[in-house]
Amino acid sequence: MPYLYNTPEDQQAMLAVIGAGSMEDLFAMVPAEMRLQRPLAIPPAMSEMELTQHMAALAAKNEHVGSKVCFLGGGSYDHFIPAVVDEIAGRGEFYTSYTPYQPEVSQGNLQVVFEYQTLITRLTGLDVSNASLYDGGSATAEAVLMAVSSTRRYGKAVVSASLHPEYRQTIATYLANLGVEVVTVGTRGGVTRPQDLAAAIDGTTACVVVQQPNFFGCVEDAASLATIAHDAGALVVAAFDPISLGLLKRPGDWGADIAVAEGHTLGTPMQYGGPYLGIMACREKLVRRMPGRIAGQTVDRRGKRCFVLTLQTREQHIRREKATSNVCTNQGLFALRATIYLALLGPQGLRETANLCLQKSRYTAEQICKHDRFELAFDAPTFKEFVIRDRKDRVDELLSNALAAGFLAGVPLGKWYPELGDCFLIAVTEKRTSREIDALIETLSRHN
Amino acid sequence: MRNTRDTKLLFELSESGRRSHRLPACDVPERAVMELLPAGALASAPPALSELSEPQVVRHFSNLSQLNMSVDTNFYPLGSCTMKYNPKRNERVASMPGFADLHPYQPEESLQGMLQLLYELQEYLKEISGLDACSLQPAAGAHGELTALWVASAYFRDQAVVTGGSPVTVKAGEPPAATSKRTKVLVPDSAHGTNPASATMAGFETVTVKTLPSGTLDMDDFHRLLDDQIAVFMITNPNTVGIFEPKMREIADAVHKAGGLVYLDGANMNAILGIARPGDFGADMQHYNPHKTFSGPHGGGGPGAGPICVTEELAPYLPTPVVVREEGSGFRVQGSDSDLETDSSLNPEPRTLNPTHFRLDYNRPKSIGRVRAFFGNVGVLVRAYCYIRTHGPDGLRRVSENAVLNANYLLSRVKHFLPVPQGDRCMHEFVASAAKLKSDKGISAMDIAKRLLDFGFHAPTVYFPLTVKESIMVEPTETESKETLDAFAETLFRITEEDARSLRDAPHTTPISRPDEVRAARQPILAWSEA
Repeated sequence: MPYLYNTPEDQQAMLAVIGAGSMEDLFAMVPAEMRLQRPLAIPPAMSEMELTQHMAALAAKNEHVGSKVCFLGGGSYDHFIPAVVDEIAGRGEFYTSYTPYQPEVSQGNLQVVFEYQTLITRLTGLDVSNASLYDGGSATAEAVLMAVSSTRRYGKAVVSASLHPEYRQTIATYLANLGVEVVTVGTRGGVTRPQDLAAAIDGTTACVVVQQPNFFGCVEDAASLATIAHDAGALVVAAFDPISLGLLKRPGDWGADIAVAEGHTLGTPMQYGGPYLGIMACREKLVRRMPGRIAGQTVDRRGKRCFVLTLQTREQHIRREKATSNVCTNQGLFALRATIYLALLGPQGLRETANLCLQKSRYTAEQICKHDRFELAFDAPTFKEFVIRDRKDRVDELLSNALAAGFLAGVPLGKWYPELGDCFLIAVTEKRTSREIDALIETLSRHN
Repeated sequence: MRNTRDTKLLFELSESGRRSHRLPACDVPERAVMELLPAGALASAPPALSELSEPQVVRHFSNLSQLNMSVDTNFYPLGSCTMKYNPKRNERVASMPGFADLHPYQPEESLQGMLQLLYELQEYLKEISGLDACSLQPAAGAHGELTALWVASAYFRDQAVVTGGSPVTVKAGEPPAATSKRTKVLVPDSAHGTNPASATMAGFETVTVKTLPSGTLDMDDFHRLLDDQIAVFMITNPNTVGIFEPKMREIADAVHKAGGLVYLDGANMNAILGIARPGDFGADMQHYNPHKTFSGPHGGGGPGAGPICVTEELAPYLPTPVVVREEGSGFRVQGSDSDLETDSSLNPEPRTLNPTHFRLDYNRPKSIGRVRAFFGNVGVLVRAYCYIRTHGPDGLRRVSENAVLNANYLLSRVKHFLPVPQGDRCMHEFVASAAKLKSDKGISAMDIAKRLLDFGFHAPTVYFPLTVKESIMVEPTETESKETLDAFAETLFRITEEDARSLRDAPHTTPISRPDEVRAARQPILAWSEA
């Protein structure tokens, strides 16, 4: 086997020191009737060359965003990743280490987490960030739990229908056994109306969850929604798109108390949905309820600045059943990638990236709508994605034809929103060129 | 030689106007942002990120990386974390665009290779666990525990309906709230902290069962606590002191007789691959930690993945979707140059009707729903698939044999000067105790851990499990040599002979000395700010 050291001679020498007669003897404590008496029924071993060829053949059965032009969004996006991110994050010293339980030999990771936390607080306008959670969906659900426990309001959590449908499903799973009701506020014109939200909130509401820009790509009147929530004593949970903050107001500046995001857009490839980066930041008063690892600054015995994991009395390995969350392994590698990515972009790069997304997506929307078959489903302003209605109501056929022509053209919405069965979501990142955009529109209009 | 200038914080290195990444000019007609977005939604300035040049970024992070110990550079016997070698071939494969650059909402016909891989992985995990159904969705081991507890809860809620009894309705405002009369989860005191924490999140009350000094379950306490309110017994087997529970059959039978379910915390699967299967020794559910058992790189804290396997009875409640294989209902694959046979021969059979295809099954009315967005931590799962295919049945068994051999060898070398309360044998890891050393000489487990760092060894896990005083939990894994184990044992011995007072100042040669953790918690500084 390729990764083992022990030769038969080593094994014999080691067995002799142990005082065991054979390898079989080592498993004497496993009762015989519980042992598997046959080989596992899995395929035989492969050499590196065979494996590489086998995997290449499997990979060749997938279309990818290099073989088809990608206009898919809905929480995962084809953003550009600078080479430095891969090169640095692939260094074994980062890549093959683990949770920094020994700070003396983990200052690299701990400083990266501290830098990551600082970047996230600056990005969100909030006081504290944790070291990462699993993904945007579970981070949103954790934020709701955090709001419930810190407000001690066990009545309901109010979410907008424009929050990512899979995030809403995740929240429902997390709350299913806790007696907290999930109330969904419908949207009108693609956005959450303040009066609709006000009607759904009462004194038992722990929090309001708003996505900005929302699942349809529309920009919400987030500040008004936050005011309504706060007036009722509820907390505001904001799900945001990190790239949008190159242009849009930071969640902390429009009233969010807890901000969560899918952070894969900061330098992590799409990988069919994971592993990704769950971002979470909050106001200082909520920090003791925050899930996950947090790094803090301190000094060593010689007075030198250094970093450690801190506020661990929130966590499962200390508090067990009283912990704020069960999270142990997080997404450290992608916090590192996000830190490198943001270090490379800087404020100007983030702004330019956001602006390219905005300009190109709005150009795409306008060009598509020049064709009678298509219209924008909503009038609200959008950031990098938007919903198109197919007046012929043949979305599946349209997208299937587009795939054949070389485009991953959009995400159909009927699965989550039956009333939008004739609609699909198009996302345009900074990577899309005007030529690709024009070719997409030519393809979509060809089958008129 | 250490470069301290470039390990200043990003924000201290920042100079206004420096740039790394440059973007192309906008190639569509550009309009003023104010025309496109409402003024009230716009920031007055972009966030105050650091401003650096590209070479500066590279040097900064390269220097930081060198302040870490890692599996690539050091022996890392961190008990319970299975810090084995992370195969480089898996990295190259996982970064192929056909795996890394797939959007989660691509149509299924454009993902047949990925779905095939995931389907096959489900099958392998079922076979290795001896269980009937698999969900790949959970994002980490703890997430898998939580998911399984939700599955159990849905199952019991359903059972209460089926058996005619009305399920107890969830009362708002009284968390943790019950969903059937089975409101409790039984957890040994030696369990990972994630077990009780997961139980709370799933709405259960945790009841703790004692373990004996030998590390195995206190059967009297177990039988006393087991009643018809117990939904799930969460057991780690081999347990956290590295012992296979000798009474596993009796435990599982008793839980089942009481109407409960047995959950296996799969953190220690590295000890029993192809040797024993949880489904065969009584588990109804289990999670895997593919980043441990199947060699996914730990990434400085993650990612992991937490696939779970369950019995047929529990399968309907698994998260949605799962991957299914459909025979004989072929369809035309657009633009694909490859066949869709599960045996991925390299003979292309382009643009023909295919006998088999793979799809995501969303039609699962009893499912608990989703536990996250998108399919799962696929990148980690791809590496696990590679690991299993590289080893095959014989190879996986040899992984466990050598993991157990290495642990027992190290135990044999260490027990003479560092007592191992559980006895002379172990599975893949063992827990030594510095309690005697502490009372005799004043040397604590922490002192030993810190001093090991000076010799280039990462410390074992210390002060866990909580059931062993001054515990030192050592898991060497199978990817270490006898020479390394010998050197580690000799170093450990040497440390136990050192002067206790000087040990309290260890480590001496690391980038920093022991940090003031109390200060970090009492005066938290959680982000950098100027001055």
